[in-house]
Amino acid sequence: MKKFLSIMLALVLALGCLAGCGEPASSSTSGDGAATAFRIGGTGPLTGGAAIYGTAVANAAKIAVDEINAKGGIQFELRYEDDAHDAEKAVNAYNILKDWEMQIFMGSVTSAPGVATSAEANADNIFFLTPSGSSTDVLGGVADPLTGTVSIPRKSNVFQICFTDPNQGLASAQYIVDKNLGEKIAVIYKNDDVYSTGIYNSFAAKAAELNLNIVSTTTFTTDSQTDFSVQIAAAKDAGADLIFLPMYYDAASLILTQADAIGYAPKFFGVDGMDGILAVEGFDTALAEGVMLLTPFAADAEDEATQNFVAKYEAAYGETPNQFAADAYDTVYAIAAALEKAGATPDMTASQLCDVLVAQFTSADFAVDGLTGASMTWSATGEVSKAPKGMMIQDGKYVSMD
Amino acid sequence: MLAFLNHVINGISLGSVYAIIALGYTMVYGIAKMLNFAHGDVIMVGAYICFFAVASYGLHPILGVLLAMLVCTILGMVIERLAYKPLRQAPSLAVLITAIGMSYFLQNSAQLMWGTNQKMFPAIFGKTPFSFGGITISVTTVVTIIACVVIMLALTWFTGNTKMGKAMRACSEDKAAAQLMGINVNTTISITFAIGSALAAVAGVLLCSAYPNLVPTTGSMPGIKAFTAAVFGGIGSIPGALLGGVLLGVIEIMAKAYISTQLSDAIVFAVLIVVLLVKPTGLLGKKIREKV
Amino acid sequence: MKKLRMSKATGINFLTYALVIIAFVVLQVMGNQGMLSSTLKGQLVPICAYVVMALSLNLTVGILGELSLGHAGFMSVGSFAGAVSNVALAASIPDAGLRLAVSMIIAAIFAAIAGVLIGIPVLRLNGDYLAIVTLAFGEIIKSLINNMYIGMDVDGLHASFVQNTLKLEAGGRMILNGPMGIPGIQKTSTFVAGFVLVMIALVVIFNLVGSRSGRAIMALRDNRIAAESVGINVTKYKMMAFVTSAALAGAAGALFAQGQNTIVPSKFDFNTSILILVFVVLGGLGRMWGSIIAAAALTVLPEMLREFADYRMLVYAIVLILVMLITNNPTIKNFFESVLDRIKSGKKAKEGGAEA
Repeated sequence: MKKFLSIMLALVLALGCLAGCGEPASSSTSGDGAATAFRIGGTGPLTGGAAIYGTAVANAAKIAVDEINAKGGIQFELRYEDDAHDAEKAVNAYNILKDWEMQIFMGSVTSAPGVATSAEANADNIFFLTPSGSSTDVLGGVADPLTGTVSIPRKSNVFQICFTDPNQGLASAQYIVDKNLGEKIAVIYKNDDVYSTGIYNSFAAKAAELNLNIVSTTTFTTDSQTDFSVQIAAAKDAGADLIFLPMYYDAASLILTQADAIGYAPKFFGVDGMDGILAVEGFDTALAEGVMLLTPFAADAEDEATQNFVAKYEAAYGETPNQFAADAYDTVYAIAAALEKAGATPDMTASQLCDVLVAQFTSADFAVDGLTGASMTWSATGEVSKAPKGMMIQDGKYVSMD
Repeated sequence: MLAFLNHVINGISLGSVYAIIALGYTMVYGIAKMLNFAHGDVIMVGAYICFFAVASYGLHPILGVLLAMLVCTILGMVIERLAYKPLRQAPSLAVLITAIGMSYFLQNSAQLMWGTNQKMFPAIFGKTPFSFGGITISVTTVVTIIACVVIMLALTWFTGNTKMGKAMRACSEDKAAAQLMGINVNTTISITFAIGSALAAVAGVLLCSAYPNLVPTTGSMPGIKAFTAAVFGGIGSIPGALLGGVLLGVIEIMAKAYISTQLSDAIVFAVLIVVLLVKPTGLLGKKIREKV
Repeated sequence: MKKLRMSKATGINFLTYALVIIAFVVLQVMGNQGMLSSTLKGQLVPICAYVVMALSLNLTVGILGELSLGHAGFMSVGSFAGAVSNVALAASIPDAGLRLAVSMIIAAIFAAIAGVLIGIPVLRLNGDYLAIVTLAFGEIIKSLINNMYIGMDVDGLHASFVQNTLKLEAGGRMILNGPMGIPGIQKTSTFVAGFVLVMIALVVIFNLVGSRSGRAIMALRDNRIAAESVGINVTKYKMMAFVTSAALAGAAGALFAQGQNTIVPSKFDFNTSILILVFVVLGGLGRMWGSIIAAAALTVLPEMLREFADYRMLVYAIVLILVMLITNNPTIKNFFESVLDRIKSGKKAKEGGAEA
């Protein structure tokens, strides 16, 4: 009983403390008078198994913000919060950012958290532009490729820099048919992952429409992402000459290694998540020879903007940036371009900025040149207009296939 | 038939990796009577040490493995001294939670020190597989199976015939009685952790040689699977860990190959449940007679 | 002076109710006054859900004395059952509060059924073997829901397994979309609903524990063979505690899911089960008020540690280890007990002085 009372007391103190902590952050900032910088926030997995993607986005966003701030025009203040690839924690992180008086939201890096935070941002009318949350449920209003029904109404202030998962699936199937890349197709996808399943579903629907011959479809999950011998053997036994891999490069690198170990060398076709495979420390790039992928970004592209970004990223973080990083870099620049064009000022509220930015992004004459696409435009559905580029890995480098 | 044999061999490859992790689990459990959930993360540390030794400093793989064993042994003893030893008298669940805290600690430290980007573990046993008549078996698998058997025999011999080993068994039977017999229980448990952690380093190197994807969370899922394997074989039983690990691997591959890749996780665990219902103390577990 | 005499247990129960009510009133008033940060406001419903999860697991681990590593499985069943029924009942029960209550009941029923199915084989086992089987069940549930597709159109609910083969009429919608989970949940859970559920859970647990059945359950925990020998039906009482625990977890899952915008099956994995077990152990086995405080504190803690940026989860791990070490350190325990004793004796002496 006495223990109970003492702990009860401690709890009351802690509660008081909590209330105290919640307060000052918001009061001190609004007391500053005219704000000078736009507050941009974002959430992403900075810890845990998906931390590769979150850290890439947070790092690249910081590079872009530093560059823009150095130019002297529009000024940004950037804050990234960890969501550990979990929708519940992402909403907590979003609320932290809201308490910080975030004005513009770079969304969540991964899909499931993005679905949650986009709903919150939609309710609060805070502009949402995600670099990489590619599920259509983030945008809302897009029909499911298998059933043709819409689960979530369109969230009108939510936009994406990356292409949506179904679009990638459609484009991949179309590309394979157009270029006549394979007769017998095998698919391996990750069936506890929103991204991978999203691409697979639309790929399967489109493949049926185009009469692609899919001879083997196998899956794996986070829990079984070590051994792929069965999936590879199934493709091999079915005589597949092309394996479609809608997944991130961490799993794909294992598949390439294990297929090579049994001397099976079909064509491999990946999506934008495959980008980054060449930069994995210790990866034998010979294994990826001939791998094809649809991606908007290649770190060894010759243009000046990409080289500048890659050099800065490597200097700051010691790693080659992947497509997530490039998308994040473009996100910040797209926001800056829209703010500049609209003549928005940092003393506007988040809701005012949201209306201004939505008007810009959906206007016909707003286009952004970025690392991941030239003159990207957005439609009212929130999707970006850029087209995936077909790339092939040759001698450890990406070579355009078009 | 050929396909079936290849699946069996793949199952054994996967299973031998589970087995070698399970040996460490079962060793610590058998003697210290605690579920060391941080074991999987010690494996990850071992793999990172070996990776840096071989890939960054160009050391010979054998030296890399020895270095990893050394570091993990020290790490294991430090963890034991700081986090587990003060809880010797505490309820076993308190130790379990501390071990989970330690697991988070190791994962997050690894992330801060070595970054989140994956590293491909070098093929230290070469890439050319043995193949005869359409059946291929990788060198890593052969090494892992040999390592498993050697470690199992060595541990069985060690716990059965050496003075320290007998002290360990005494501690596992009854700590208080062992202490009365003049056995230093604390030292014995420390040494158990040292051995368990050295095994973890070997397991880490073999895990990453077979499945060369190295990230700070590399050890967690194989750790849980290995724990399952150890229980499957009868936790605390050294041959049981080997048997449980190999069977778990084979079942996993067979479930994927002949039933469904989508449901394989569910099938593996369902088989585990059925086995435990038939043999409630695992395949080779000791029946403990209950006393009032 | 006349004093109301009550047993120690009743006193603690009473104080536990008081704790919950006071915390609720304080938070509710602070919320109305705009004194709560958005972060804490957003966490109120999850905190209630985790509190109920911790209470229900404490029934299994603390009162029944069996280690369960798969409690998130019941939460998962409850979450998906609750969220699906929320969508499905949207037309027939327009009132959000009533719909939430109904969906929680449905969730509790589904979770209880899962509890029975799991309990029959599991409760025959002991100790770590039981723990691993509960872990296995948690993984199986995760894997099954991952392969489940439920849609709705004018004809009602449709479901398919492994492959999404649903043919929905125009105007229909997917509700549960396999690995993508349920993407568009209407938030219907409120803090008030969470508070009510915590109170219900406490009433159920305290009544069970204080009853004849509760004593039988604890007798099983303390000495199964002795309990059996005096004629206690092992299976019946174990099952009673286990299924009650599962049903409460299911209701908590429904509360949780309907406080989120989206839930995915992989959320309810081994790590979530472990998280809830941490609440229970930290709060003390069998000590319900401890579970409440531990669940609330450990849910808020990671958000409060955001100041540490990259070191956040590292600090969290260290806090966890230190708390376990400190609460189990005999020297510190003795020190606090002696301090409390001194305060108590000092108070008694003073009281004595005043009376004299």
